[in-house]
Amino acid sequence: MKPANGKPGKSMDNKTGSWRTERPVVDRDRCIKCGQCQLNCPDGCIFVTEEGAKPNYDYCKGCGICAQVCPVKCIKMETEEK
Amino acid sequence: MGELENKELFKSGHTACAGCGVAVGLRHIMKAIGEDCVIVNATGCVEIFTTAYPKSAWAVPYIHCVFENSAPVAAGVVEALRVQGNDHTKVVVISGDGASYDIGFGHLSGMMERGHDVLYISYDNEAYMNTGVQRSGATPWKAYTTTSQVGSVRKGKQQFKKPLTEIAAAHGIPYAATSTSAHYTDLQQKVKKALSIKGPKFLNVLMTCVPGWGTKPALSMQYLKDAVDAHVWPVYEIENGFLKLNMKPEKKPVETYIKGQKRFKHLNEQDVKEIQELVDEKWDRLLWKEKVDQERKAELEGHSGE
Repeated sequence: MKPANGKPGKSMDNKTGSWRTERPVVDRDRCIKCGQCQLNCPDGCIFVTEEGAKPNYDYCKGCGICAQVCPVKCIKMETEEK
Repeated sequence: MGELENKELFKSGHTACAGCGVAVGLRHIMKAIGEDCVIVNATGCVEIFTTAYPKSAWAVPYIHCVFENSAPVAAGVVEALRVQGNDHTKVVVISGDGASYDIGFGHLSGMMERGHDVLYISYDNEAYMNTGVQRSGATPWKAYTTTSQVGSVRKGKQQFKKPLTEIAAAHGIPYAATSTSAHYTDLQQKVKKALSIKGPKFLNVLMTCVPGWGTKPALSMQYLKDAVDAHVWPVYEIENGFLKLNMKPEKKPVETYIKGQKRFKHLNEQDVKEIQELVDEKWDRLLWKEKVDQERKAELEGHSGE
């Protein structure tokens, strides 16, 4: 019998980025790498790297929490265009 | 996939609404718990948005059970593990306010009374959000839901919110506390502290619901901060029966929290005034209780030190 396919963390197959109407765009020059966006993201899709905050557009649903909590307001929400 | 994403135990790709306050809270809770755990989850939003078969967002062992019995299932899991000689795996229940305040309330009470080594986390978004916003025992006074409508006779819910954290503490359990998903340091510390204690623990965490509260997705965290600042959701812990307020922010008027939430948009000035009076009364009571409890605690510690 084939084992069930419910492997841990399989939700990564769902690319929820297609839900998005607005995308967060980071001005990396102004980013202070405080990590507030990373801590407050419901989808775990923005991470602070050495160059600054980096959104993962595969999963980002465009809720805008990162832009709202950013203390230096270096994240802008821009309308998604096809 | 980056290194940081690999470390997450609660994975991306779950199907929660954009701006879900519960998903933020779950990320913090999972960070604090770590890998060595079993998650027991009653029916609710979390079950729906994390476990659409076969795509689970959990990178840890997970059991879904029906609405009422997450506490007994967790009790069974923990007792089975301990009989096998496993004394390290943590068993954590993550259930919504419907499961904790209403449907699973008796079972939760039984689990705490029997004293199983389980951490019960109730994520409180103040109604049955998963089925389309019906009132629960956690829905605040005067709030609109689809089963507490606003009309000419009644405006929103006529009953007060059930004080579940106090009820849990009244069982004599070693640890009961409140937190929110926006206050991540407090939340993670409380989860870690609770897991270091043996016996039943209860954590009540306020989390926003974008469609249920009628708020903008981007403001999810702001509303939680306002709830604490307006003293609507006091953040405290009751350790061995002694209450301690963890945050005493300078009071903001209750309007700052209510403003912009669709479930409160029918409120007039008189309603807001009445809510403010209720909030103030509850806050004063908590301050008084903290004073009494801390004095008693110091007194007892003084005696044992002699």
